[in-house]
Amino acid sequence: MSVTEHSPVDGAPAIVVDGLVKHFGSIEAVRGVHFEVAAGEVFGFLGPNGAGKTTTINMLCTLAKPTAGTATVAGHDVVRERDDVRRNIGLVFQDPTLDNYLTAAQNLKLHAELYGVQSKLVAPRMHQVLTMVGLWDRKDSVVGTFSGGMRRRLEIARGLMHSPRVLFLDEPTIGLDPQTRRSIWGYIRELKAREQITIFMTTHYMDEAEWCDRIAIMDHGQIVALDSPEALKAGVGTDRVTIHTEDDEAAITALREHFGVQARRAEDAVLFGVAAGEEFVPRLFAELGVPIRAVSVSRPTLDDVFLSYTGSTIRDAEEDASKTRNRMMAQMMGGARR
Amino acid sequence: MSTTAQTPVSGTPEPAPEVVRVTVPRRSLASELRAIRIVWRRDLIRFANDRIRIASSLVQPLLFLFVMGSGLQRLSSAGTHGVNLKTFIYPGVLCITVMFTAMFSAASIVWDREFGFMREMLVAPVGRSSIVIGKCLGGATVASSQGIIMILLAGLVHVPYDPLLILGIFGLQLLLAFSITAFGVMIAARMKQMQSFFGVMQMIVTPMFFISGALFPANGLPGWLTFLNRIDPMTYAVDPMRRLVFDHLSHVSPAARAALDSGVTWWGWRVPGLLEAAIVLLLGLLMLGIAIWEFSTSE
Repeated sequence: MSVTEHSPVDGAPAIVVDGLVKHFGSIEAVRGVHFEVAAGEVFGFLGPNGAGKTTTINMLCTLAKPTAGTATVAGHDVVRERDDVRRNIGLVFQDPTLDNYLTAAQNLKLHAELYGVQSKLVAPRMHQVLTMVGLWDRKDSVVGTFSGGMRRRLEIARGLMHSPRVLFLDEPTIGLDPQTRRSIWGYIRELKAREQITIFMTTHYMDEAEWCDRIAIMDHGQIVALDSPEALKAGVGTDRVTIHTEDDEAAITALREHFGVQARRAEDAVLFGVAAGEEFVPRLFAELGVPIRAVSVSRPTLDDVFLSYTGSTIRDAEEDASKTRNRMMAQMMGGARR
Repeated sequence: MSTTAQTPVSGTPEPAPEVVRVTVPRRSLASELRAIRIVWRRDLIRFANDRIRIASSLVQPLLFLFVMGSGLQRLSSAGTHGVNLKTFIYPGVLCITVMFTAMFSAASIVWDREFGFMREMLVAPVGRSSIVIGKCLGGATVASSQGIIMILLAGLVHVPYDPLLILGIFGLQLLLAFSITAFGVMIAARMKQMQSFFGVMQMIVTPMFFISGALFPANGLPGWLTFLNRIDPMTYAVDPMRRLVFDHLSHVSPAARAALDSGVTWWGWRVPGLLEAAIVLLLGLLMLGIAIWEFSTSE
């Protein structure tokens, strides 16, 4: 699952994000994110609902204007070259955007016409994308008769109709049963193998994030970790030690200089991972040189990937975020009326 | 510019079939026209699939024409100077049919937003104006096809099938259909819920059709009603159509013409039919412009 396995389209990164910020009124939905996505990569945005994933994706898709910062997608600036970005991206939204009164084929045809796909290529391309998602034999059925999973597959096929260089999938498996989720991931991997495409997706399912080449963990509008799933798991594959100290900055410095351990702050604690936590604690007390008020050592689970970088479990974070989201909705509604 | 390319796929065990790669051209007049055409066609496909809607939107005008027309005929025969009341209200009822169908077409914009499809159109690399124009043309076409059914019924209410008359009525109702759709789209642009859209429509459209003189002559009304009638855009669609019908009726006494088709006047000056048609067109274009502006300024 390496990035270099498939030849990138032109060697340049598919997405470059520099200091992206989005405010809704006084709510800071996205607070300055930086990252790059290589061409051909499957890049995942992991985080609880309300962490700012969808807002970030909307800015990259030119659906929302950044408050500050810049982003380029497929080499084009999302604000200044909006149409060029749109020509090069495919979108699959969280909420369905199909015309339920039309057939699957009519939906794809409509998309191809809107995107100006050459007429003689519409039929072969449609055959290809519908076959890939296993809906070719249902192409003349009205979408209203489709199940949720079939609709999502059709949306993925539609997003691919115009051979985008970057495909954005916002929670592509949300609300689907485990079997359908697996099959959708099958298509995504097949897609990666067959087309020269970069896939940018968001999810809040921990287990799904493992399919990505690299994952950015987002929390409270910021990226708190960015690495391959293996490296992220290795980060918590060791025991996780949390200490409360009198002086966190000094503790972090001491950990780096004395123990060679990279620690980070999470709220009012210092977090780091070491191979054998229980045996490390006595040394810590003896050699850190910063007064320690409390210490805890835990063996990591998969969900700890998130926990270790954000200081809260994904469920707690979601409860927290739903409050923020309600406030945000209120702000936006107010703004619309104004 | 190569449109198809064999994509090299490394590390895949079975030979991958040729990937059909397409390229999306930059925006051009041709691509905008294509977008307009497909948005227009979508409305037609959906309308053609919706037989119930076709049937239901004909019920109301038929009620007006045959039930009300026949019923009131007995009361009004003294005042119509030998002209059948159904003949008199025919142009007005035709306008009502077109108006309601056009309104329904515009309403689909609100559905599209509620059900998410609007997003699919708004993120496409085409101008918002193309989407709005396509929508207005679609609504106008669908409404005119309803109008054609009404034109076919002309013989039942003693309106002759004169080619020039049919052509004239068709042109006028097409104009009305376009303007009403543009009006509906303008209203729908900022509506998020179907209920509120129909609420607003009821509030505006029902008075518009009652005041327009679709069911009564527009002269000799009380002052306040004359004023409302003259500022009602519908008036300027109904009046030229009625004039056209009366021009082609045989055996109409001057007295009947004076009573039923004295036309819309501004301070005693009879407004020419062409100017009335121009008013309808200009209002339609104005509302189309506002609708485009509304869609372009929303995120």
